[in-house]
Amino acid sequence: MSARTLYDKLWDSHVVQQRDDGSALIYIDRHIIHEVTSPQAFEGLRLAGRKPWRVDSILATPDHNVPTTQKERASGVAGIEDPVSLIQVQTLDDNCDAYGIVEFKINDARQGIVHIIGPETGACLPGMTVVCGDSHTATNGALGALAHGIGTSEVEHVLATQCLVSKKMKNMLVEVNGTLGVGVTPKDVILAIIGKIGTAGANGHALEFGGDVFRNMSMEGRMTVCNMAIEAGARAGMVAVDDTTIDYVRGRMFAPKGEDWEKAVASWQDLHSDPGAVFDKVVTLRAEDIEPQVSWGTSPEMVGPVGAKVPDPAAESDPAKRESMVRALEYMGLKAGQPIESIKLDRVFIGSCTNARIEDMRAAAQVVKGRRKADSVKEAMVVPGSGAVKAQAEAEGLDKIFLDAGLEWREPGCSMCLAMNADKLGAGEHCASTSNRNFEGRQGYGGRTHLVSPAMAAAAAIAGHFVDVRDFVEGGQA
Amino acid sequence: MKSFTQVTGLVAPMDRANVDTDMIIPKQFLKSIKRTGFGKNLFDELRYLDEGQPDQDCSHRPLNPNFPLNQRRYQGSTVLLARANFGCGSSREHAPWALEDFGFRCVIAPSFADIFYNNCFKNGLLPVVLPEPVVEKLFQQLYANDGYQLTVDLEAQAVTTPDGEVFTFEVDDFRKHCLLKGLDDIGLTLEQADAIKAYEAKRRQEAPWLFDAVKAETAKR
Ligand code: SF4
Repeated sequence: MSARTLYDKLWDSHVVQQRDDGSALIYIDRHIIHEVTSPQAFEGLRLAGRKPWRVDSILATPDHNVPTTQKERASGVAGIEDPVSLIQVQTLDDNCDAYGIVEFKINDARQGIVHIIGPETGACLPGMTVVCGDSHTATNGALGALAHGIGTSEVEHVLATQCLVSKKMKNMLVEVNGTLGVGVTPKDVILAIIGKIGTAGANGHALEFGGDVFRNMSMEGRMTVCNMAIEAGARAGMVAVDDTTIDYVRGRMFAPKGEDWEKAVASWQDLHSDPGAVFDKVVTLRAEDIEPQVSWGTSPEMVGPVGAKVPDPAAESDPAKRESMVRALEYMGLKAGQPIESIKLDRVFIGSCTNARIEDMRAAAQVVKGRRKADSVKEAMVVPGSGAVKAQAEAEGLDKIFLDAGLEWREPGCSMCLAMNADKLGAGEHCASTSNRNFEGRQGYGGRTHLVSPAMAAAAAIAGHFVDVRDFVEGGQA
Repeated sequence: MKSFTQVTGLVAPMDRANVDTDMIIPKQFLKSIKRTGFGKNLFDELRYLDEGQPDQDCSHRPLNPNFPLNQRRYQGSTVLLARANFGCGSSREHAPWALEDFGFRCVIAPSFADIFYNNCFKNGLLPVVLPEPVVEKLFQQLYANDGYQLTVDLEAQAVTTPDGEVFTFEVDDFRKHCLLKGLDDIGLTLEQADAIKAYEAKRRQEAPWLFDAVKAETAKR
């Protein structure tokens, strides 16, 4: 057989039936569901008199609009103040109970953001196809899986048939070689990639991340990178399986055990692109060129190094781009040529499926340790991505570090990433956010989001404006 | 999706042109997380004398006695006889959901709004276009006869009156096929159930760890 990419292999091994029109029935190994995009799908199933095809393939948890304060969480579902959120969370519980679907309910110690609990529990594994009614499902691609988001009607389709009707995408490789500088994190790498290729750069492609930088990256870092593949236009992002992957998976709750483990590991050895495999598109970056990033606009591609200035639309030759830059700067309340470091922050949000894993918590804690949040920052919240992350952080005393520094320590959930619960930006407020989307109004009506790494967000919380975290790391401002 | 082959049922009149989707299901009921349960609010503003609220128990609301669906002779009807341009307005799929949930299987009219017409097929509801004079004739027969029933046969593309008079109608072949078999995307995929099962069996043998782990492991705790 000719040389194949990782995506080719994952695709080939899941084709149930190839159709004449170029589409195929693809088998789905793991289906993760949450409260927002599943209710109508279950309703549809019921209407049609159908049942889930394979209940054991499904794992559920509420995350999008669960409250994150201890007060509101204390009395479980009933304690959710927003009635619409309450109904959605209750509906998920009811559906899961009715069909016998395993769900980590609101105050279960294992509850968390869908894309965090998948890998964390071992529910998502190398070689799997993973879907979830949420675009950031690509996160699981870090495991060497084919993972992507689907819509509500597709959620129903997968529930009912265990398959998805899909057309094969093209192959794209982003290669980053070299060594990342101190203070430069996986989040900076993916932001730099998106800054380079644009939010449509990987449209129609499955995106593989290759090169030294990803080989040397931790699994959690790879998840951060794959998480934002969607912001580069790719429905799926992935990294080849190596020892780091296998070490990560070993011993997780749902991971194979004993003899199965040995067989599984053996089967995962092939989950990489063959030498000579052909990609339709290849982009390369040098690790040494990547600096800590801050987004200044209203699209993830409007991003640059922290030491740079807000770009001048007048210098942009493409009129459509120029126009969108002008609109972005107006919405963001920024001036062309203004140093990014001069942007003052009203709020800081450390969390989301991009950056709410334990390494993110540690990175942020390391920066704020022994320091105090700037008084000008109204609120800085740290929202762990899952109950497990929260417990681990607390075991390491990270919660104390945050609280001592004047940051808030919350209950797990999506929180201010999309502001479906009470955690929102006010109009005109600037927020240093470790999430993945800086669209207008994403974090609250009129809110201004700047995407950064956890370490950069933490440093901004202390300084009250953006600063180069490398100055903190190297003791420049200590 | 429900299939539709043939229905013989009581007919109810909706005797006005340009019935829009807001009339079929008013906007305050779209907040629901569900696709069902809209039947009690079908034609809400025409059917009740007060303003309807979502999640309300409708059994104590004042009914409009002049509205046909509230009259005893039309209880249990499954065919709705309507006038021109039925279902105009928004694209809300809630409109066919509401009709279907109420118990209608077929709507007969001289013409339909496009999107509504399409949405009907996705939801197991058959929209039948008959010429204006025929519809007029059916209305007259309906009003003249208590317990008036029509037989709608999709396979034969025919509507038959109690007197045995037959009116044929047009329908797109593919849509007809899907509706006869009750096929939606999911239905089409399920036609390949054997292929899915075969794949699954092979996969279970090659990679047993992909199965049952979540349920089994959780049950232990
Ligand atoms: S954290 Fe944000 S991006 Fe991630 S799943 Fe939740 S809402 Fe979506």
